[in-house]
Amino acid sequence: MALYRPIADHAVLVEFGTAISDAAHAQVLALDQALAANPCKGFREATPAFVNLLVDFDPVQTDHAEVEAHLRRLADHPLTPRTPATWDVPVCYENAPDLAEVARRTGLSTEAVIAAHLGGDYRVFLYGFAPGYAYMGGLPEPLKLDRKTTPVRGVPAGQIIIAGTMCLITTLVMPTGWWIIGRTPTRVLTGDDARPFLFDVGDHIRFHRLTEAEFESLP
Amino acid sequence: MTRLRVAFAGPHITFQDAGRLGRLRFGVPASGPMDRKAFAIAQSVFGNPPDAAAIEISLGGLALECIEGSVTFAVVGGGFIVQIGARRVGAWQVHSLHQGERLVIRPGPWGSWTYLAFAGRLLAPQWLGSSATHGQSGLGGGTLVSGQEVTVQDARTLPAAEGAIPCPIWARPRRVIHAVLGPQDRFFSPESLEDLASQPFYLSNAYDRMGLRLRGPSLTPVGALSIPSEPIVRGSVQVAGDGLATVMLADHGTTGGYPKIATVVSDDLDGFVQLRPNDAVRFKLVSPAQAVAIARAGDRALRAYLSRQP
Repeated sequence: MALYRPIADHAVLVEFGTAISDAAHAQVLALDQALAANPCKGFREATPAFVNLLVDFDPVQTDHAEVEAHLRRLADHPLTPRTPATWDVPVCYENAPDLAEVARRTGLSTEAVIAAHLGGDYRVFLYGFAPGYAYMGGLPEPLKLDRKTTPVRGVPAGQIIIAGTMCLITTLVMPTGWWIIGRTPTRVLTGDDARPFLFDVGDHIRFHRLTEAEFESLP
Repeated sequence: MTRLRVAFAGPHITFQDAGRLGRLRFGVPASGPMDRKAFAIAQSVFGNPPDAAAIEISLGGLALECIEGSVTFAVVGGGFIVQIGARRVGAWQVHSLHQGERLVIRPGPWGSWTYLAFAGRLLAPQWLGSSATHGQSGLGGGTLVSGQEVTVQDARTLPAAEGAIPCPIWARPRRVIHAVLGPQDRFFSPESLEDLASQPFYLSNAYDRMGLRLRGPSLTPVGALSIPSEPIVRGSVQVAGDGLATVMLADHGTTGGYPKIATVVSDDLDGFVQLRPNDAVRFKLVSPAQAVAIARAGDRALRAYLSRQP
């Protein structure tokens, strides 16, 4: 049962649960798609997250009650979810700053850490933190670690970082307390105005391994 | 073409347009002006479109030298001091700047942000079709730095436009801001909710375009400190583990896992950001329907004001 929480004068937060689950996220995406196909009056934008969808509207044109009624009607007629895209992302694990520490903390060899990371089936649950930071769930349980106690400043773009059950590809020079286990030539901020962000929320990601020589020889 | 050289720029001086809307789902806040109403008034003086850039000036102040051409400009927002050469004028005025003259804009008796708009097209880099600057990444128009050159294309001098612009009462700092409880007010004790509604809070020095941290009663969440990360809006009152509230502003993170005790109505955010560190502010809790009524009244007031301007 969804909860509809009014936010200030301009948004409704639709909540499908309190804990992260595939089922809750599937409901978030289904409503997101239904709304994109059939926007309410005054619709400005929708933001999907783990268990909820934020629906932002122009309060001059509509109000919470009208938007909630529209969303309830959409929820009554579930759409067939879009088939998510699957993206193949190459990763070079050689000389990653935190690979050895992740191995030590998980009790695995570095090769076992790499194998576990490559074995995960990842899905974008939401974007956050900074432009293009796509939070990918699906990190295998043996790699689950708390964040570092102190963030590291100046981590460059294109790093593969992990914390908790999540994996991320950094897009900008930013601080992070996550563990850096690899780097990729893939850019989530594509620089292409026709598709500025590589992944849609809900897309699947698979990683494959690049040797350091392959990584260095990329154009 | 008119060229200006940045002789001095304090921190947080950026190019902004009306904002980069519709990208929250990709981790991109709207950015744009901290005081959207002052920005709109400044641009309206010259009939500039919403995607036109202006310069947002913080308490840090800005000095420009006109090295080529001339241009009419407006400074709108806050009680800033404006100097053209030796002539001292103020914000909420339209003047012209000529080759060889120096324009200095610095904080005056009130306000934290002001906008410098030009009669002409201010050139600024764009990201995703907008020159709004996202502070942490520098994406968009960017932050102004000393030595940089700024260009106004098709610059015009409009002697007839020079003079004062009325400063409406609603453009002044707001010491009482309306907020709607939630979406996570259920994580706070009745005492904390009572404190939020009845006690004064004070602006801290932890102040940038991302958010503004408040000092005041501790609003320590009970129970779940960490919720699954969920969308944040401009105006979210987020409470971290230390019980301190932060009001999220133009460059806010788009998602986060700290509980949000309340959300400030959008119409009050422009006046809220014009407060200064150590100023007191009180939250007045309203229903969502009252919040919508406030938004509509604010929109009517701005439209009426803009329609009265020549």
